[in-house]
Amino acid sequence: MQPTWLWKLSFVDLSLWAFRAAVMVLVAWGTVGTLAAATYSGETWIELFVFGLSQGSVYALIALGYTMVYGILRMINFAHGEVFMSGAYTAYFVAEALASTGALNRNPIPSLLAVLAVSMATSTLVALLLERIAYRPLWRAPRLVPLISAIGASFFLQYAFRGLYGSGFKAYPEAEILRGKWIIAGVSVLRSQAVVVVAAVLMMLGLYAFVMRTRTGTAMRAVSEDREVAALMGIDVDRVIVVTFAVGAAMAGAAGFLYALVFKQVHFFMGFVPGIKAFTAAVLGGIGNIPGAMLGGLFLGLFESVGPILILDGLGIVAPYQLKDVITFTMLVMVLIFRPSGILGERLAVKKA
Amino acid sequence: MKRAKFLGVAVLLVSAFCYFAALPAAAQAPVTDPIGVLKIAKGRPLTIAYWFVVAGPDASLGIDTRRGVEIAIDDKGGKLLGHPIKLIGEDSACNAEGGVTAATKLAANPAIVAAIGSNCSSEAVPGAPILWKAGLVTVSPSNTAPKLTAPDRGPTYDGYLRTAHNDKVQGRVAAEFARKVPKVSKVATIHDGSPYAEGLVGVFVETFKKLGGTITSQEAVSPTDADMRPVLTKIAAGKPELIYYPIFIAAGGHVTRQAREVAGLATVKLMGADGMFSPDFLKAAGNASVGMYHSSPDLSPEALGPAYKTFLDKHQKKYGEKPLAPFHPHAYDAAMMIFAAIEKVAKKDAAGDTHIGRKALRDALFATKGFKGLTGTLTCDKHGDCADPKIAVYQLESADPAKWDPGKNPRKIHP
Repeated sequence: MQPTWLWKLSFVDLSLWAFRAAVMVLVAWGTVGTLAAATYSGETWIELFVFGLSQGSVYALIALGYTMVYGILRMINFAHGEVFMSGAYTAYFVAEALASTGALNRNPIPSLLAVLAVSMATSTLVALLLERIAYRPLWRAPRLVPLISAIGASFFLQYAFRGLYGSGFKAYPEAEILRGKWIIAGVSVLRSQAVVVVAAVLMMLGLYAFVMRTRTGTAMRAVSEDREVAALMGIDVDRVIVVTFAVGAAMAGAAGFLYALVFKQVHFFMGFVPGIKAFTAAVLGGIGNIPGAMLGGLFLGLFESVGPILILDGLGIVAPYQLKDVITFTMLVMVLIFRPSGILGERLAVKKA
Repeated sequence: MKRAKFLGVAVLLVSAFCYFAALPAAAQAPVTDPIGVLKIAKGRPLTIAYWFVVAGPDASLGIDTRRGVEIAIDDKGGKLLGHPIKLIGEDSACNAEGGVTAATKLAANPAIVAAIGSNCSSEAVPGAPILWKAGLVTVSPSNTAPKLTAPDRGPTYDGYLRTAHNDKVQGRVAAEFARKVPKVSKVATIHDGSPYAEGLVGVFVETFKKLGGTITSQEAVSPTDADMRPVLTKIAAGKPELIYYPIFIAAGGHVTRQAREVAGLATVKLMGADGMFSPDFLKAAGNASVGMYHSSPDLSPEALGPAYKTFLDKHQKKYGEKPLAPFHPHAYDAAMMIFAAIEKVAKKDAAGDTHIGRKALRDALFATKGFKGLTGTLTCDKHGDCADPKIAVYQLESADPAKWDPGKNPRKIHP
C-alpha cells in the first residue's frame, strides 16, 4: 500500500510525458532520416545556419521591445510590430531620396546611418505617442484593458500608414556596398546578412550594458522588480516607463532598417508577421528577460531556417517550408506546456508570480 | 379564450389581405423566376458589383480589372435599358478570408444584378457559393485555377463563370515552352498553397514530365513569407536549370531577389506566371528580374486585333498610364457579357420598371455563344469556362516599372 512516485502521477501528467516523448521521437526520427539520406552537403547546412542567424537577429531585436515592456508593465504591447513597421516605412522615403541623388552609393556609410537614424527616431516617436495616448491613461485599469487598447492601436497604425502611403508596397533601393558576398572563415556570407548580424549583436550588447551599467538601467530593473518599492526609493516610475518604451522602440526601428536591407519590401502590413514571430521569440526565451529575448530570437530564426529540412524532410513530408510557421508555433505551444517561464525563465522579476 | 379567437381572426384577415394584394401584382409582373426576380424602378440605377483585390501587394490586379469594367460601362454610355449603371465593389484581399467577407457583403445587398470577380482563385473557392446562395451570378475575369470549372465542382458553383483562361492551358504552354525554347530538362517548382499556384504547378509538372523533363523538387512557401533563402537552398541541392514559381507579387519578388544570392542558383532560369505579370512586380523584384520568363495572356495586336488597340487608347486617356496587369480585357468582356445577358432576359412592364429573373440571367450567361469580345470569341461551356485562351510567354528586358509595355518589355518570345 505504499504509494510510489508513479502512482502520484495524474492522467494529465502522464499524457504530457507521452506527448513529450512522442515529439522527441518524431524529431529524432526526422533528423536521423534527413542526415542518413545525405541529400544536403555540409555547405548547405552552413548556409541555412547563416540565413537563420540573420533572420533570428531581426526577431531578437523586435523581441527586446516586447520583453522590456512586459518586464516593467506586465503588459504585452501588441502594437510593437507596427512600431517596427513605422520605422522601416518612414525610413524608406529617406533611403529613396538618398538613392535618387546618388548619395547612397557615393557616401554609403553615412547615408545608411542616416536611414538607420530616421528609422529608429520614427519608431521611438510612434512608441512614445502610443504610450502617452493608448497606455498611460489605462494603468490603473484591469490588465486586459491595455491589451485591448494595444490591439486597437495596432490596427490604427496599420491603417493610418495605409491611408498615408497607399496600400501597395514600396521597394527599398539597393546599396552597392551591400551587394555581393564576403568570405568569412571559409564560408561565403551575403554582405547584407553579415551586416545585419553584426549590427544586431552590437545593438544588443549596447542595450545590455545600458540596462546593467547605467543609473537609468538600474532604475528600470528596480521598477521591474517592484514598482511601488521603487517609487518609494525615489525612482520616477513614469520616466522609467517612458524610457523603456523608447529604448524598445529604437531597437524595433533598427530591426526595421535591417529587415529592409535584407528583404527590400515595405508595406503597411509588414509588421504583423515579424511582430508575432518576435513575440513568440520573447516567450521562448522567457518573457521579461532581456538575454532570453535575444536567445529566443536567434533560436527561432535558426529553427525556421534549418528545422523544416532537418526534421520534416526526413519524415518524408513534401514541401516542408510550407510548414515553417507550424514549426514556429508548435515550439511556442511546447514551451507554454512544458516550461511556461521560457528557456531562461523570467529573471528580471523573480518576485512577481 | 377570447384573446385566442381574436388572434385567429386577425391572422385570417391579414393573410386574406396579403393574398388579394399579392395576386394582382403577381399577375402583372412580366417575369417569374424560381430563385427570384429583381425589380428596378424606372430611372433607378442598375447595380453591378465587383469583388476584386484593390488593396495590398496585389492591388495592381484588382485595379486593372476594375478599369476594364469601368471602360465597358463607358462604352455602354453608362446606361443599360434606360437605367444608369452603378458600379459598387468590395476588396477581396487575394485570400480565402477576404473572398468570404467580400462575397457575404455583396450577397446581403439585394439591389445587385450580377457580380464580376473574383481576382484570385483562393477568393472564389469559398466566395462563389456564397453569392450563388443569394442568387447572384458572378463572372471572374482572372480566376484561372482548374478546379473552379472542373466537371465535379458541384452545384454550389452553378452561378460561377469566367472569361479568364483555365490554367490547364497556361500550365501546358509554360511547360512546353520550358522544354522547347530554353530546352531545360530539370525544373524545381514553388507554390504558395493557393488554389491558383497549386493548380498551375500541378498542370505544369504533369506536362513537363510527359515531355521527358525531370522535376528536381516541388516546394511550397506561404504568401506572407519573406525569407526564401532556406527553401531556395534546399532547391539548389537538386541542381535545377529553371525554377517555376507561379505565385503572387510579394512572395514572388522575394524569391526572385533571393534566388541569385543562393549558392548554386546564380545562373538558374526563373519563370513565373500571370499572377505577377505587373509593373509592381518589377518594383518588388528589382534588377534580379531581368531575363525572367512569365506566361500570361497574349495581349499582342496580332492576337487580339484592332478592338484592343482602341481599348488601350481609351485606357491611356482615362487613367494616364498603361494597364497594370494582364486581365483588363477579360474584365471588359465579363462586363459586356453580363450586359448582353441582362438585355436578353430583362422585361419592362407598363410602368417602365425593369424585371430581371435571377435564374434566367444565370442561364442566359451560360448560354453565351460566339460572343465577340476583346479577348476573342467567347463561348461558355456548362461548367462555366467561357474563355478563348491565348497564352504567350514573355521575357523581362528591363526592371524599370516606367518602361513596362507588354510585348516590348517584357518582350513576347513565344509562340
